[in-house]
Amino acid sequence: MDDNYIIKLVNVEKSFGSQKILKGLNLSVVEGKTSVIVGGSGQGKSLTIKHILGLMKPTNGQVLVYDKDINGISKKELKEIRSNFGVLFQNSALFDSMTIYDNVALPLRERTKMSEAEIKDTVNEYLELMEVRGANDKYPAQISGGMKKRVGLARALVLKPKIMFFDEPTTGLDVAMSNEIYRIFFRTQAKLGYTAIIVSHDVPKIFKLADYVLLFHDGIVEDNLTPEEFQLSDKPVIRKFVETTMGRLYSSEMEDIQ
Amino acid sequence: MSLNKINLNFLTERILNFFEKIGDLFIYYLEQGGRMVIFLLYSLYASIRPPYKIAPVIKQIFVIGALSIFVIVFTGLFSGMVLGLQGHNTLKKFGAEGLLGSAVALSLIRELGPVLTALMVTGRAGSAICAEIGIMRNSEQIDALECMAIDPYKFIIAPKFIAAIISLPLLTAIFDVVGILGGYLVGVGLLGTNEGAFFNTMISDVKFADIYMGLVKSVFFGLIIAWICSSMGYFVHMARNGGFGAEGVSRVTTNAVVLSSVSVLVFDYFITSMLI
Ligand SMILES: Nc1ncnc2c1ncn2[C@@H]1O[C@H](COP(=O)(O)OP(=O)(O)OP(=O)(O)O)[C@@H](O)[C@H]1O
Ligand SMILES: [Mg+2]
Repeated sequence: MDDNYIIKLVNVEKSFGSQKILKGLNLSVVEGKTSVIVGGSGQGKSLTIKHILGLMKPTNGQVLVYDKDINGISKKELKEIRSNFGVLFQNSALFDSMTIYDNVALPLRERTKMSEAEIKDTVNEYLELMEVRGANDKYPAQISGGMKKRVGLARALVLKPKIMFFDEPTTGLDVAMSNEIYRIFFRTQAKLGYTAIIVSHDVPKIFKLADYVLLFHDGIVEDNLTPEEFQLSDKPVIRKFVETTMGRLYSSEMEDIQ
Repeated sequence: MSLNKINLNFLTERILNFFEKIGDLFIYYLEQGGRMVIFLLYSLYASIRPPYKIAPVIKQIFVIGALSIFVIVFTGLFSGMVLGLQGHNTLKKFGAEGLLGSAVALSLIRELGPVLTALMVTGRAGSAICAEIGIMRNSEQIDALECMAIDPYKFIIAPKFIAAIISLPLLTAIFDVVGILGGYLVGVGLLGTNEGAFFNTMISDVKFADIYMGLVKSVFFGLIIAWICSSMGYFVHMARNGGFGAEGVSRVTTNAVVLSSVSVLVFDYFITSMLI
């Protein structure tokens, strides 16, 4: 195993009351690569992201980011680690009483010493990159869902994060818009070189972006494989997932090629 | 025999259940109290620590202070007027109508000004603070801030604390002045108390200590309102019986207004007893 793991979850368990959601989860994310998390609804994918972000504490186990246990460090150290993060939330989580412009400008205003003129240039550059036009003075409630996702992306990317989290970046978008998001993803990752963790239901399309695929099933990660290995795996759980999401045909076709 | 035994088992179970519930409730309120105290410390620290940004504070002073002026003037005027009415009638019995000025001014400056202002601001701005923060929590906006390594205490809470602590004394001063004017209008204008006596007794009886007491109260009340309303909004997701969604926010907001109002009255007693 290579040791350039940037994030590591060791035997993470999480219960809510008597309901145990994560049951000894082990997971690692390789620096500079794209890890895609797939799995049925309610399997704890968003929950796991929240653990990595330090928004939730595991009942048991450790969450290591940059080799530091994120629950055993000071507020200041946590803030330092988080300054490497960019997060696109499942619901975008834009600040609803701020304009689109201010939403994207906020991280720059609070975290850098840029002048308003520099901030204006950067914000406009990123909004242009996301192809959000003419919405600077609108409020989140006044733009469409797809636009919200792209504004959320711009806000997550302005500080040039080293680790990007995408929680279902394309769910609820039409095909053209999802493709647009994927294009933006390729473009920005090439430009910024961030490590990406993507939660997605968009199988098999999402496999094209993935360096590694992690399948969540019954509170654990089934495996950490490359997309090719994943599609050819003979683990029953993975086979079943591949067959239900991509169809029998697709998986047997792959076998033939092999 | 066996019936008795069943009854006994049933009874012990009920009793145990009862104590379990009491225990749960006790632990919940202990935790909630602890969270709120830690919240207060973080907020105060965030308020005094640099960098200082003026614009957000001014915006909050506008929301909490300036937008409350109309309500304060209105309630202040009528409180003063009713004081003039009641005071005139009562003092007349002792043949001391001349003391009306000092009676109106003292009750306003020492008690009614700070307390009624605090209650009005709780209803108007405290509820808004709680709902705003609660919605930010429930729509993951506070999580988003934390993930961007922006301290929510510094960014959201501190401006509200500072603004409330600045606004309350100013609003109280307005309440007092308008209230005295109301007392004057009724006492002197309507009921014919001697104008000279009204102002002379007021000027000779109102001491610096009275104004100081009013000031201390209003600053404390500002702190209490900001603290209780913002912390209950901030912890809406940990509220008992689920503080989720719009209903969670509305319930927590109601609780915050009630708790904040009650706390104002309770602390009023203690501050008075310490300063009197
Ligand atoms: N705060 C919470 N309190 C109680 N249960 C929770 C909480 N957060 C998550 N859960 C439970 O944890 C489970 C996993 O939730 P999570 O949001 O991680 O699912 P997911 O894998 O992201 O699903 P989806 O693909 O639908 O987004 C769910 O069954 C949910 O009920
Ligand atoms: Mg999810």
